[in-house]
Amino acid sequence: MMKRLFAWLMAAAFFSPLAAAAQETPNALIQRLSTDVLDRIKADKEIQAGNPRRVNELVDNVVMPHVNFQRMTALAVGRHWRAATPEQQKQLMNEFRTLLLRTYSGALSQVGNQQVRLKPLRANDGDNEVIVRSEVVQPRGEPVQLDYRMERASDGWKIYDVNVAGVWLVETYRNQFGQEIQAKGIDGLLKDLSEKNRSFEQGDGAASPRRS
Amino acid sequence: MTAPLDRHAPRPAVRRAACRPGRRAAAAVAAATLLSAGCASLPDGAQRNAADPLERVNRGVFAFNDALDEAVARPVARTYRAVVPELFRASFSNVFSNLGDVLTSANQLLQGKPLLALSDAGRVVINTIFGFGGLADVASDLGLEKHREDFGQTLGRWGAPPGPYIVLPVFGPSSVRDGVGYLVDLNTDPLLALNDLYWRRGLFGLRLVNTREQLLDAEKVLQGIALDRYSFIRDAYLSRRRSQVYDGDPPPLPEEDVDAGTGDASSNPGPAAVPTPPAPASPVAPAPAGQPPAPAAR
Repeated sequence: MMKRLFAWLMAAAFFSPLAAAAQETPNALIQRLSTDVLDRIKADKEIQAGNPRRVNELVDNVVMPHVNFQRMTALAVGRHWRAATPEQQKQLMNEFRTLLLRTYSGALSQVGNQQVRLKPLRANDGDNEVIVRSEVVQPRGEPVQLDYRMERASDGWKIYDVNVAGVWLVETYRNQFGQEIQAKGIDGLLKDLSEKNRSFEQGDGAASPRRS
Repeated sequence: MTAPLDRHAPRPAVRRAACRPGRRAAAAVAAATLLSAGCASLPDGAQRNAADPLERVNRGVFAFNDALDEAVARPVARTYRAVVPELFRASFSNVFSNLGDVLTSANQLLQGKPLLALSDAGRVVINTIFGFGGLADVASDLGLEKHREDFGQTLGRWGAPPGPYIVLPVFGPSSVRDGVGYLVDLNTDPLLALNDLYWRRGLFGLRLVNTREQLLDAEKVLQGIALDRYSFIRDAYLSRRRSQVYDGDPPPLPEEDVDAGTGDASSNPGPAAVPTPPAPASPVAPAPAGQPPAPAAR
């Protein structure tokens, strides 16, 4: 009896961070995460300026632990994902990530007095998939819709799709990628994506001294 | 100038254009450009999209709009930003936003949302009286949030499907429904209440420039986001409008089962075996990647 209790306590102590994460409701997670990210951006001029290294750090350390990026990419690539080799899948994830980071880096300079407001979650206790709805409230102008599709994982809820202002990311890129794959295959898509990403990198470097 | 002739009610643009040789020539050039661009071919891999049966023509108009934007709208907006101090630009924006709230309020009412209609009407009253004719947006400071409703959304609310996607010359992405809505919006525009033609035209023009200026930053974000800008903007437009019709909470589309046809995480060698819910083995063939939502869905 004591032994079992001890084992249980040990386990609880060891896993408590995970346990806490697992118990956090999706809404609470998004509230915490968005406040955290907004605060970090506001506090860091480098991030606001879109410094790629700092933005990368922010995304890797704060955001990515709560994202199932493999699923996000798989869904965006659609039915062709199964046909891709593991190596291609890895590359697709990398290039997609770069493309999204670049896109959002451009918007970071706009971060100022926004706040995130969660809408009530419509879900049942046993649900493994939920949609978290939120709004970015600005001092002026209409609030911007920001929704997340989330799945239950062993270590907490994970984001796998985002809706900005009424447009789901995965759905939009499924059409973009599908068109490209249809014409040139997965390798063609990869080539286009990486060329696009590289060209922007070079453009960045030429325009500013941030990049060595 | 032939201005005195124009003093009265606004006449159809076609007639106005037709009675001036200079304008006629300009219109002819524009039409020729549109027509020559109108036979744009589809990029490789673009699949026929049921929501966009006019894609070839639309792509032509899209290219024309891009060229027009590059040559005229963007430079003008940049100059406007450089020359006019921010305080002035913000005040102009507030005035136009205030005028827009009038139509928003009316559309809220038409959509059966009396409380929001009241709130938006309250914004107009407060901003007009205490915001010096709308120069300052004090209503927002008081916690009355801004909304945007137009007649296209109202038609959608009443059940009108968007119909085919249309790229309007100059005005950009639209649909049959939203185009009709736009005509109604134009004809109920509070600016039409201005009797003086020069003021009216001047303010219409200022509003266009002001709007374009506000999009200068968004445009940076859009750079490089798309593999095919045309289809990206089309898909985003249609999704956004559908979302707006349902005030951000549209019912799911039949195809919106995002797992359809994708290898789920379990088919991958990733070590993080995430417990995915059992995917329903749907007998329905997954929609081809380019397949849009059925146009009948509102």
